[in-house]
Amino acid sequence: MSILDADFMRLAFAAGAIVGVLAPAVGFFLVQRGMSLIGDGIGHVAFAGVALGYLLDISPVGTALVASVLGAVSIEWLRSRRQAAGDQALALLFYSGIAAGVVLISAAGALNASLFAFLFGSILTVTRADLLLVGLLGAVVLTVIAGLYRALVAVALDEESARVSGVPVGALNVTLAAGAAVTVAVSMRIVGILLVAALMVLPVIAAGRIAWSVRSTILIAMGIGVASAIVGLTIAYYGNLAPGGTIVLASAGAALLATIFRRT
Amino acid sequence: MSLAAELKDVTFAYPGGPPVLRDVDLAIDQGEFVAIAGPNGGGKTTLLRVLLGLEQPQTGTAALFGEPAGRLSERFRIGYLAQRSQLGIQSPVTVEEVVGAGRVARRGPVGGLRSRDREHVSSAIDRVGLGDLSTAPVSTLSGGQQQRAFIAKALAGEPDLLVLDEPTAGVDVDAQESLAVLLAELHAELDTCILFVSHEFGAVEQFVGRLVLVRGGIVFDGPPTALPGQWHDPSHVHP
Repeated sequence: MSILDADFMRLAFAAGAIVGVLAPAVGFFLVQRGMSLIGDGIGHVAFAGVALGYLLDISPVGTALVASVLGAVSIEWLRSRRQAAGDQALALLFYSGIAAGVVLISAAGALNASLFAFLFGSILTVTRADLLLVGLLGAVVLTVIAGLYRALVAVALDEESARVSGVPVGALNVTLAAGAAVTVAVSMRIVGILLVAALMVLPVIAAGRIAWSVRSTILIAMGIGVASAIVGLTIAYYGNLAPGGTIVLASAGAALLATIFRRT
Repeated sequence: MSLAAELKDVTFAYPGGPPVLRDVDLAIDQGEFVAIAGPNGGGKTTLLRVLLGLEQPQTGTAALFGEPAGRLSERFRIGYLAQRSQLGIQSPVTVEEVVGAGRVARRGPVGGLRSRDREHVSSAIDRVGLGDLSTAPVSTLSGGQQQRAFIAKALAGEPDLLVLDEPTAGVDVDAQESLAVLLAELHAELDTCILFVSHEFGAVEQFVGRLVLVRGGIVFDGPPTALPGQWHDPSHVHP
């Protein structure tokens, strides 16, 4: 029996490929700004959103999406107003998110297997409706990133000179933060809240070792993201292992290989 | 001639600190090539930040092209090379990509570069003498070549005011002289107002029409030839 005979595996490969393209595309700009860990911070807030969904008995993905966007925009606001250093703002988001999540989950009495699906991913249970949602939101984020590509690169290269020359740095940073939040929310069913940030960062690190330009870095990172999803899912299928973990380990392996064989 | 930049009676202090600038008056005409020099910690960069509208003075006003500096409607008219300008990103980036980023403010944040924009990017790269290296990763260039790439980035937006903060820092003496010649050529060809801010001004002294020395305020403002002899040595810019 082929790995693609099962409907759930075809859906899993499709969802994994979308996230494999989306996460590094957004993650590239976060890594360049020294905010590689913001995805983790957003993930913690997404956890609080999932918990709120259980408590209110509404879609955890929807509440996670709202919580993630609010959290990401808040952190950008704190950073831009110099109310807190970048790492302090992240710490505030990390711990508030995870604590709120724990409190809400205990209030909802929902410490069960379906919660673990969000924490560690459950790509093999992705439905066509899930795939449609991931595809639509992913397309929106990718379209926005593509449209603002040059402006985002300008800010990544030198935020201050971009600001002096009138590039709308604040609006671009908030848009990027919101894009990162949407990416976390749509990817959490695939690789899990605890691992989604890795897929935003590791392929970018790998690509940066072997690429020769910004454009090639992003394209190679997307390729590594998709390859990681396919390789990780295949290993998980034949080894009966957790797919979220194997996908991230595959991209970590790519980063390690790229570091060994980096361009000099 | 209309003014490119103006400070009127500006006093500025960072929160909780003593005044960095006191009672500063400065008027720079469009088309001037001005060196702003002074000792490290003397307030040059602060003066520049106030002038560019990045800091709000406690008293006095800053204006660019006749408008309040913080609310300039056409900020793309400013090309800015920040102090210790270096790659803000970890990934490889080509000269063309760096210079292309300088066109974004003029072009607008949405969409790619049109053919006219690409012509300006290409022209800026040629002007600084990096035409053969446009697809090279910036990290493979020498310090002087990297500064040329950043100057091209500032030029790509067709600025009316080109502001360079410590452009020769970390660059060897030959490259400093070469950069000064380049700036003199650009000034002659483009009729752009250039503000060259540096802790020492030896490299550009023969090219600028005006020298402004800053130490908590403006202690000299005039042609370099009028500067008292002992101040020509950078170590004696502490009157």
